[in-house]
Amino acid sequence: MVDIRAALEAIKASPYKEVRVLAPHTGVVRFAGDLAAGALVEGPGGLWKEKLGTRLATIERERNPQPITSPEKGQISRIRRELDGAFVQAGEELLLLRHYLSREEVLEEVLKQALFLFVAPERARYFFVPDVDIKIKVSGPKAVTVREGDDLFIMSRMKRETSLRYAGPGGVIYAVYFTHTRHVDAGRPLIGVCPPDLVAEIEDVVRRVQTEWQEQA
Amino acid sequence: MEQDKLVLHLAERLAYIRDVFGGERRENIHLLTTKLEDYRLRESGLSPEERREAVLALKDLFSVVESKLEAALTPMNRVRIVRHPQRVCLRDILENVYDNYTEIGGQDEHSIDPAIVIARAYLTRKLGKVTVNQSVMVIGHEKGHGQEFRNGGSAKPWGNAKALQYMRVAETENIPVHTYVFTPGAFPIEDTPGAAQQIAANLYGMSSLRVPVITVFSEGGSGGAEAVALADKRLMFSHGYYSVISPEGAAAIEGHARDGERVSPDLVKTCAARMRITAQDNLRMGYIDRIIQEPCLGARSHHYEFFRGLRQELLRATDEVALTVRGFAPIRFIALRNRRKQVTKGMDFEKAYVRWNLSQAAQIRLINKRHKKYRDLSRHAAPDHTPASRHLIGLWQELRWGVYSYFKYNLLRRHRQRVSDSLGELKSEWNLLWDRALAPIRHILQKLRGPSSRVSAETARQLTELSEWDDDQEQRGNWIYVSPRAREDRAVTCPNSREFGCLDIWGPDLYGEFAGVCPNCGHHFPMEYQWYLHNLFDPGSFFEFSADVEASNPLDMPDLDAKLAEAKQRTGHKSGCLTFEARIHDIRLVVAMFLGSFRNGTVGAAEGEKFIRAAERAKRKRFPFLAYVHATGGIRIQEGTNGLIQMPRCTMAVRRYIDAGGLYLVAYDTNSYAGPVASFLGCSPYQFGIRSANVGFAGPGVIAETTGLSLEPHYHNVYKALARGHIQGIWDRREVRYNLNQALQTMGGRNLYYK
Repeated sequence: MVDIRAALEAIKASPYKEVRVLAPHTGVVRFAGDLAAGALVEGPGGLWKEKLGTRLATIERERNPQPITSPEKGQISRIRRELDGAFVQAGEELLLLRHYLSREEVLEEVLKQALFLFVAPERARYFFVPDVDIKIKVSGPKAVTVREGDDLFIMSRMKRETSLRYAGPGGVIYAVYFTHTRHVDAGRPLIGVCPPDLVAEIEDVVRRVQTEWQEQA
Repeated sequence: MEQDKLVLHLAERLAYIRDVFGGERRENIHLLTTKLEDYRLRESGLSPEERREAVLALKDLFSVVESKLEAALTPMNRVRIVRHPQRVCLRDILENVYDNYTEIGGQDEHSIDPAIVIARAYLTRKLGKVTVNQSVMVIGHEKGHGQEFRNGGSAKPWGNAKALQYMRVAETENIPVHTYVFTPGAFPIEDTPGAAQQIAANLYGMSSLRVPVITVFSEGGSGGAEAVALADKRLMFSHGYYSVISPEGAAAIEGHARDGERVSPDLVKTCAARMRITAQDNLRMGYIDRIIQEPCLGARSHHYEFFRGLRQELLRATDEVALTVRGFAPIRFIALRNRRKQVTKGMDFEKAYVRWNLSQAAQIRLINKRHKKYRDLSRHAAPDHTPASRHLIGLWQELRWGVYSYFKYNLLRRHRQRVSDSLGELKSEWNLLWDRALAPIRHILQKLRGPSSRVSAETARQLTELSEWDDDQEQRGNWIYVSPRAREDRAVTCPNSREFGCLDIWGPDLYGEFAGVCPNCGHHFPMEYQWYLHNLFDPGSFFEFSADVEASNPLDMPDLDAKLAEAKQRTGHKSGCLTFEARIHDIRLVVAMFLGSFRNGTVGAAEGEKFIRAAERAKRKRFPFLAYVHATGGIRIQEGTNGLIQMPRCTMAVRRYIDAGGLYLVAYDTNSYAGPVASFLGCSPYQFGIRSANVGFAGPGVIAETTGLSLEPHYHNVYKALARGHIQGIWDRREVRYNLNQALQTMGGRNLYYK
């Protein structure tokens, strides 16, 4: 069984993810001028992540200088200044970034460990089958227990309706991520399922994350 | 009570003056402010008679100061006047100029595009005791005195489409069209039908609209204005402006501003003056026909005298257009002469009735006259340094081709075609009868011989062997011209390497054998125009013409002469448009190629003139016409309206060519934007993009700046343009020669020189 509290404590102990920035290919590396350990850097931005992150270094091969940009927002924890101006092999570590987790990322991480997400197989509108729907409306989703092979959803797309069976570990529906008025893209989660005895614990952890989590730089 | 209203009105006038002059003319504004405040302080202690006198004195003072300010108006003040919310708008004109109207293009925000107002209206005239209602279709931009949903008069593509639709309705009903231009520019989005493509469609449609079109300019901003402004008579309000770009846009380019950075107000002011955007400037250059005088500091809704004057001008202009094409030539001449005399004596156009509906012959005359009018514009801005002897030879050749083509295609081919059609029909009838007569004999013979199983050797070979590589289709890296960049020993990174993991490519390979195409993802790196010149057309078939038409600096913009001289020296060409005849697989064609290396392929008067001459040459010689756009950054803004007018001019040349039966193809390479795409390129029924090219109206920066929309990456990519229906296909650079040949064969057919 998943120890959800322990997972949260582990995240709290190291509330960041370390990202190694490697040389994409061989070449001579030149770090950006004023970059030093402890400096804050930005990740890709824009609505479509079309704006590159902070320029960290330039790697030049065959008179073809290429920028190396930060893949994540964070702080430089290590920079290998000794490589400045040196020829490096592909895969050589140039910098180590520390990306501090946001509240949403922590929640995502915790729920990923605790819940089983059943995803939409194709873009369509989804409904619960009538008896499940009534139960959810009356007592909430946590009152519904599902098992592998249950007829759980009706998938409606382009004037056709197909029933969809639940596939995954049995448990109670912890969260519903769709409404019948909107189309759900393929691959997006429909429901999150967890063992019945974990519900209270997850709720507590989520509440704690939402109220107590301090986002760092 | 009346005095209170007057004072309120004066306060409004003062606020208007402040807005128009910004921080300028402070002493005049201060005087008016002080006097008004002074009156307000004294007001309560004055008797009614004294109040009346004081208000009248104040009114006179306002009129005197306004006249003084009027004389000192700068072009930038005029720009502020036309953009002011108190400025007359189209609905004011509909209310005050026309005798009756019904809006048909929607109602306020419940419209496909509230920036465009369309109405059926009529003007009433008295003919003795008879009253005549003369119908017109009124189409124009609506700013709505600052109503936000009107978008400042920036028409969206579907608004322009609606405008064109109702111009066609007017054509069906044989009534004139009055268009009003109150726009800072089109809303530059590519959503279907697309800003550029729709403006091109409007220009193409209007060029041969079979009814009189009268346009009135107030704010004529670039391509958005041209979408409804291709007219037989172009009138302009005295305080309006008509320009290729807004003064702010010109200043941003001049000041090299980046990412929406603000430029100094002084630079904006200077640009407004340099661009020659006022009514007087445009009249002098010949781009408008008449100026409609406005009251001091511009017309506003309460200037009823102005509306009366506008009505007279509209009647006069519509009458003139109709009279110059109606009836027999001698009668027309006499009528026009009499009318001119009456006009000089101060004729009242309300009392002179002229029919506005046109006969078929008059419609043809109208279109021809319109085409001639535009053909003659802006010639002064495109100096032609062809020696007189060569010029004479050229004229002789043109005459020869004209006569030859007339006999070959108009007389001989037409009759030959008729004979051939009749013979063909006879032959098929004969074959049918013959087959029926022989059918029983054939049936008996087949029975006697038994089933045949013999297959010819050729069929057997085709069915059993692998097909052979077609050398014509793919030149397999054996390019006649190789880019000089292939000599550089360096690696190049594909811009898609993050997405598709393309490895670095060695320069000599990329720019040599690979023809600038990434071997992994197929990204096309830009290549020099010479690459196409040598690898597309049959070797030795290139013949340039109109080479001595030279790009110039008609507005005497500072630095432009030096920039043009540099471009001419670097490229060896006198303008950014290379016009030549060439062959592809022995098919002769006329080509106009826009060179990205000459001032970014921008189109000015010289480029427009060369393009038109190329279209005319193709028409005269009955050759297919190809516009190969190596790159174009739009209209050359430094030429102002001289450049902008190339949009309708060149589109009309294309229209003449296509109407005469020509095959017009457009191929876009690298980046093609703005005016040219929104006119003579976008109007082609056959437009193709070279892979990785971008096609659109305004660049992403301009769209973000003007509309506030953030665009998805690759918004202007040819694949997006194809999906939106703006272009008809995408070609690989290495196969352009093959594809062009294919296009000429399939779209033109066997006798593609003339359909």
